Amino acid sequence: MIEIEGITKRYDATTVVDDVSMIIEPRTIAVIVGTSGSGKTTLLRMINRLVEPTSGIIKLDGADNRSVPGYELRRSIGYAIQGHGLFPHRTVAQNIATVPVLLGWDKDRIKARVDELMTLYQLDPREFGPRYPHELSGGQQQRVGVARALAAEPNVLLMDEPFGALDPIIRTKAQEDLLAIQKRFGTTIILVTHDMEEAVHMGDKIAVMDAGKLVQYAKPAEILANPASSFVETLVGASERPFRLLSLGRVRDAVENGAAEGEAIPGDASQRDALAELLWSGRPALPVKGADGKPLGRVTVDGLVKRAARPA
Amino acid sequence: MNIRFDKLGVVIAAIAAYAAFLAPFATFRANRIVPGQARSILEALPATAGPLLLAIVVVAALVALFRTALVLRLAASVVALAALALLVGVAGTFLTSAGNTFARVSPASGFWILIFVFTLLLADVLTRLNLSPWARVGVLAAVAAAIGLLLVSGAWNDLSILKEYANRADSFWAEGSKHVTLALGSLLAAVVVGLPLGILCHRVERLRAGVLNVLNIIQTIPSIALFGLLIAPLGWIAAHVPGAAALGIRGIGTAPAFVALFLYSLLPVVANTVVGLAGVPRAANDAARGMGMTDRQRLFGVEFPLAFPVILTGIRIVLVQNIGLATIAALIGGGGFGVFVFQGVGQTAMDLVLLGAVPTVALAFAAAIILDAVIEMTATKRRVETA
Repeated sequence: MIEIEGITKRYDATTVVDDVSMIIEPRTIAVIVGTSGSGKTTLLRMINRLVEPTSGIIKLDGADNRSVPGYELRRSIGYAIQGHGLFPHRTVAQNIATVPVLLGWDKDRIKARVDELMTLYQLDPREFGPRYPHELSGGQQQRVGVARALAAEPNVLLMDEPFGALDPIIRTKAQEDLLAIQKRFGTTIILVTHDMEEAVHMGDKIAVMDAGKLVQYAKPAEILANPASSFVETLVGASERPFRLLSLGRVRDAVENGAAEGEAIPGDASQRDALAELLWSGRPALPVKGADGKPLGRVTVDGLVKRAARPA
Repeated sequence: MNIRFDKLGVVIAAIAAYAAFLAPFATFRANRIVPGQARSILEALPATAGPLLLAIVVVAALVALFRTALVLRLAASVVALAALALLVGVAGTFLTSAGNTFARVSPASGFWILIFVFTLLLADVLTRLNLSPWARVGVLAAVAAAIGLLLVSGAWNDLSILKEYANRADSFWAEGSKHVTLALGSLLAAVVVGLPLGILCHRVERLRAGVLNVLNIIQTIPSIALFGLLIAPLGWIAAHVPGAAALGIRGIGTAPAFVALFLYSLLPVVANTVVGLAGVPRAANDAARGMGMTDRQRLFGVEFPLAFPVILTGIRIVLVQNIGLATIAALIGGGGFGVFVFQGVGQTAMDLVLLGAVPTVALAFAAAIILDAVIEMTATKRRVETA
């Protein structure tokens, strides 16, 4: 659990982060959203003390983050940034091994961990381990960056616009990978982005920041339904709201009894994808199948449209 | 068939034709200080060797002129250079009557120009072959070995430079080692002081402009003036600091030469360290900090290795510059190859000047090639990431 209590950061006269308090539950993803200059990156960097706060306290699992030296604290927290920040003079395997080496793990343990992470990220350790970062594609570099951040099995992972430099297709894949890995390791993730779409998709909770202040901190559905201010409303994008709301739900939760013609849609697809498929194919209903391929029922345009309406 | 000209080859062929047919190949002098008489290739060489050399030059120039295979161009340049090197020695023997120890035969402008154009052709071929750093050092070693062999074999013994060398064989090597010690020692001192200073300038922004400006000003002081400026403080140190005089510190001699070369070396070392460290990708630095490296670990693990090729470039500049500048040390009794240069100038004996100048140029050239190869080797795997 991460408790941020009354954190403020001032540079001379300008207040970059203004009295922010929030609690991030363990094993969840909190996304901090805001425009550039909103203080979201500074807030993130105060958690691992790359920036020291002017006032306030940050506790990790109950312990003040100032109770150990900064560099020791940072070795226990994963850190991934935009443009990955890989070391160009070190191989992929050496890059991933950075924190374990700093922590003094023995060689066999480091090698086992590097191989495990590379395999997890669909990079063959024998093929890619000895390569240098510039020999990798953008998507591969980004995966190595996240693998490096996870190398020492941190409980907490900080990510500063980690997918910002990726093209849309690779970005979607990277987001899915991260969600899968978060489920697998139970890592608490704090992710900074300016992309509301990404925030709604990834976040268990979303923190909206504006001019250094925390404007709203709530579940995605709540942010979409009840934006706390006109700023949040603008950020959400009024015309996008119903679709973003639908993207939060799975098809299996919108299944109705009955049958329909045509290709079935999987139950764990998003309701937004289902609606898109219905509208595009001009059909009123789609059959739904479970993970085992058995029919679950159907989804209808009418049913989905009702779900896209503002929650009461 | 479509015949096409090589752009560089046109220039090479034109200059080679001028040098072979119009410019003098060798200069003959009755003794070492009287003005010389020019001799063309045909006049300077025995009956068969002269036309043979002309034929080789013409063929090699034709190979250069047209677009020909790289292997052919390589062979042409190597054969032409080898023939020139061998036959200039033959000219020395041919023009000097046996037993005449006063006469001097030296290579003249035609020879030097031919050497220059065919070296240019060779360099062009080697560039186009895109040799690996190791191969380039190998070529350098082969050339050095060939020249060494010619020197040892005595093929050039009748040339004027080697006659000057024969008179001063002992002092040549003593001054040579003094020259190298001065150049390398001052470089080493500059690296030992300059690297930490550069790191400090990188970390402390307020220091940067001040330090670099001071070093810039030092760089603009003419070397003779700097020697003069150093006489007083070094003389004072020698007189007042116990043990300083015993170490060889005096107002004139090696000490001020060493200090001056050291001061000139500081700017390239410090400036390149600062530039190299500033060029480290921001994201890599941020990631290093974010993952818990201490400042020291970041410096030695990330910043320094990434800045290393740029710092090496600075060291290369300093080494080549110092090998050249160390000749000036002779002015204040610091020794080195400059001794021959200044003696030669004093006696109007150009051969003696060359005895000092040629090894200096060769040393600087070899140092540049070796360090370039090292820089490329360290830089290949450290290419800047494409963000």
